[in-house]
Amino acid sequence: MRKRLLSTMAAVTLTGLAMTGLTGTASAAEPIKIGAIISATGPASFLGDPEKKVLELYADRINKAGGVDGRPVQLTVYDDGGAADKAASFTKRLIESDKVDVIVGGTTTAATMAAVPLVERAEVPFISLAGAVVIVEPVKKWVFKTPHTDRMAAEKVMEDMKKRGLTKLALISEDSGFGKSGREQTLAVAKERGVELVADETYGAKDTDVTAQLTKVKNNAAAQAVLVFGLGQGPAVVTKNYRQLGISLPLYQSHGVASKEYIRLAGGAAEGVRLPAAGLVVAAQLPESDPQKTVVTDFTKTYEQAFTSEVSTFAGHAYDGLMIALDAVKRAGGTDKAKLRDAIEQTKGYVGTGGTVTMSPKDHMGLTLDAFHMVEVKQGDWALVK
Amino acid sequence: MFAELLQYMLSGLTIGAIYALAGLGFSIIYNASHVINFAQGEFIMIGGMASATLTASGVPLPLAILIGCGGAMLVGVLVAKFAVERARNASTVTLIIITIGASIFLRGVAELIWGKDFKRLDAFSGETPIQILGASMQPQSLWVVGCAAVLIVAIGLFFAKTLTGKAMLATSHNRLAAQLVGIDVKRVVLASFALSAALGAVGGAVVAPITFSYTEMGIMLGLKGFTAAVLGGLGNGPGAVVGGVIVGVAEALGAGYISSAYKDAIAFVIILAVLLFMPNGLFGKRGTERV
Amino acid sequence: MNALLHGRLTGLLVMGAVIAILPAFLPNNFYLDIAILAGFNAMVCVGLNLLIGYAGQISLGHAGFFGIGAYASGVLAGTYGWPPILALLAGAVFVGVLAFAVAKPILRLKGHYLAMATLGIGIIVSIVLRTESGITGGPDGMMVDPFKIFGVELYGEKVWYWVVGALLVGVVWLSLNLIDSPMGRALRAVHGSEVAAEVVGVDTARFKVMVFVLSAVFASVAGSLFAHYAGLITPAKADFFKSIELVTMVVFGGMASTFGAVVGAVVLTLLPQALTVFQDYQQIVLGGILMATMVFMPKGLLPTLAALLPARRRA
Repeated sequence: MRKRLLSTMAAVTLTGLAMTGLTGTASAAEPIKIGAIISATGPASFLGDPEKKVLELYADRINKAGGVDGRPVQLTVYDDGGAADKAASFTKRLIESDKVDVIVGGTTTAATMAAVPLVERAEVPFISLAGAVVIVEPVKKWVFKTPHTDRMAAEKVMEDMKKRGLTKLALISEDSGFGKSGREQTLAVAKERGVELVADETYGAKDTDVTAQLTKVKNNAAAQAVLVFGLGQGPAVVTKNYRQLGISLPLYQSHGVASKEYIRLAGGAAEGVRLPAAGLVVAAQLPESDPQKTVVTDFTKTYEQAFTSEVSTFAGHAYDGLMIALDAVKRAGGTDKAKLRDAIEQTKGYVGTGGTVTMSPKDHMGLTLDAFHMVEVKQGDWALVK
Repeated sequence: MFAELLQYMLSGLTIGAIYALAGLGFSIIYNASHVINFAQGEFIMIGGMASATLTASGVPLPLAILIGCGGAMLVGVLVAKFAVERARNASTVTLIIITIGASIFLRGVAELIWGKDFKRLDAFSGETPIQILGASMQPQSLWVVGCAAVLIVAIGLFFAKTLTGKAMLATSHNRLAAQLVGIDVKRVVLASFALSAALGAVGGAVVAPITFSYTEMGIMLGLKGFTAAVLGGLGNGPGAVVGGVIVGVAEALGAGYISSAYKDAIAFVIILAVLLFMPNGLFGKRGTERV
Repeated sequence: MNALLHGRLTGLLVMGAVIAILPAFLPNNFYLDIAILAGFNAMVCVGLNLLIGYAGQISLGHAGFFGIGAYASGVLAGTYGWPPILALLAGAVFVGVLAFAVAKPILRLKGHYLAMATLGIGIIVSIVLRTESGITGGPDGMMVDPFKIFGVELYGEKVWYWVVGALLVGVVWLSLNLIDSPMGRALRAVHGSEVAAEVVGVDTARFKVMVFVLSAVFASVAGSLFAHYAGLITPAKADFFKSIELVTMVVFGGMASTFGAVVGAVVLTLLPQALTVFQDYQQIVLGGILMATMVFMPKGLLPTLAALLPARRRA
């Protein structure tokens, strides 16, 4: 159910903030206008909140350092509260009223997919921070994304199941964008990899009790492992209920929960849960030889100093989105939208928090499975599964 | 088979106990003032949020619940005094909008104080599930059902034995007559809001370990409480309690045997079906309209 | 009494003039977009006002009818390729029949019981829309193609502004005529007292049903057009909060005042946009404004202001 009355529009215009960082030389330059639609509140808030903070932090830092090619970054962030229709109307506002050069965001798959037809029609480059594979497959001319896909998550999970000798999986997925896409991908990957799906349940993003669905899983004698496909607080509810019902099968989650917030909410119930995640959350445990080591260590330090909270992969997605956009501005020599789009598509070897990104006309994400790590919750922290 | 049924019944009873408390809150206020207080859910939220955040900052749990309860009662009295009492003669729909305005206002204040993220409250006595005939129950469920039962009995005694309680009952039967025999009707209204707020806040605190607490937790719980109150017949306290339990159990059974996605619809389907045949709820009085 | 309230023609002319010159003051499409949304809300509220203001019946579920209209257009015109106008009519007929079927038993209920029943209907509709994702796209909603009629595609804010503006004038005209008809007078009697109206021979039940159906159909048509305009519809458009929003607009603007309903819809569509400057405080401000208006102006904005006007003239 949609939350607030009268479709409140929690818009935060940071124009003033971004401008204060201007140095004398850049003051005459036209700002680079970056728009963002983020789910800073609502069921996906633990994804969106750090994303918003990171965008603001880095826009400010970049401006203090003199901007990009002498041009300051002007950031406009709107909070869609996790609702697709609001994401669409804010996208309209960014394009029509704020006249932004590039849009970063769409915390959730639903918000992203609502914005896609608008940016395609208006021809504005758009870098999504959401997970589902449908965002970039089939390739849409103006749409890119930074996180790993749900298909990769499904592949990673089933790879791990094989290692543990498990072949029968019970699936519980959220009924909205990311979960639905994740479910389809899980079904497809399971078929390819010879994993048998013995249960297929769904839950709502705002459900606070999933015991009914889990009772069915519990009574399903065939299930050997359970995979939850969802994001934000829902999976934490599932995890809690899972332990409350005393189910002891191995529990997998998707990369939609790769935040300490998940562990905090689920409490002890999260112990032993495995999920695929970008290297960012296990920065300290990565080998020195890992190409991402410096990037993720630096980012973690900056983030944790600025916010005194622990870094999540979602913060990283936003960082990657912003950096890819600004890097493209440099290479395109300005903010001409068509040139900017081409430059984003030509991103090569950019080492970010999600992995090494190399895009192409056929691949608007540019990540491979290598940078995706299986992690396990141990004593309230992430541990790399070797 | 039986284990599954028992499992659903246990979940249903737990959530039904919260609906019962909320429904009772609706009834008490309705009796005193003929207002449907759509901010009832926010009392639950205040209880849940206060106890979760206060315990997190080191306040002992019982004290945290007490503070939450006191805060909710204060808020309830303020809403009654500054919004409801002033609009006494306004139409039903105007009063509904006033209480909805109050609930938006309170959610806004809550977001400002506590933030928009989910808060966790540890279960009162551990999370090791109790096994009963193949079904497992969380110890917290016992707390929820137990607290609800104690409160409901206490409220019953309050109305039956104390002078204030009797004055409130008298007011609900005939406001003018109550006024004539010297009952301060305005204070009765304030007391009813305070009492409902306390019920809601305790409900919110005991259910928080099961549902998490967040500033929007009261919306659905409040609506279901309203359903419970109408199902039992508006203004009928025991009716609201029975209504709450019926709604909770039906919901859990529906989620288990019919469709978990339609869980939230079940309460409303029941209420529509009942109102179709019994326009005053299960135990409501037949109303007559004055010309 | 103020001309704006009861002078049928004057009021319509003023409203028409405002609609005609407004675009000159709107700097870009974003503002037009808000004006269009206000127009859609106003259409629904004019219908709802007939029910709440004149027939004295509460409905906390009207967004459900709006949602059915929107999804009828989305599904029939989109998935099944019907001509949009046929989809719109099908939605309106379906809503009309549904409203008629539930009206009799439901309108027997009084006060809060009626509020509960309509609230339940609205919530059930929104849950069905959310759950049947195979047809409706689930909680994330579905895309809807632009409206096409006689080979012309309606697209963009500039076109829709005039479409919505013209329709709103039409809806208001219809509503004003209805209020002044014998049926309208009967309606006002119903609001005064049902028993009394029945005693003098007014078939209150029939009138209540008619108004309920009519207001539901208004909502459905507005929903259908909104779906084509917005291009994306979600179950949130049918949920409890949307219903409350609509009722609030009617009561805020002034019950039993057609122009009040329009003003209420416009003000409360603009308010959240304007309140974005309050950032974290906007919920508090919104809730505060709602409470304060209802406490200090229980008759609503327009009637209260109208009552002030002649007083000033006399002074």
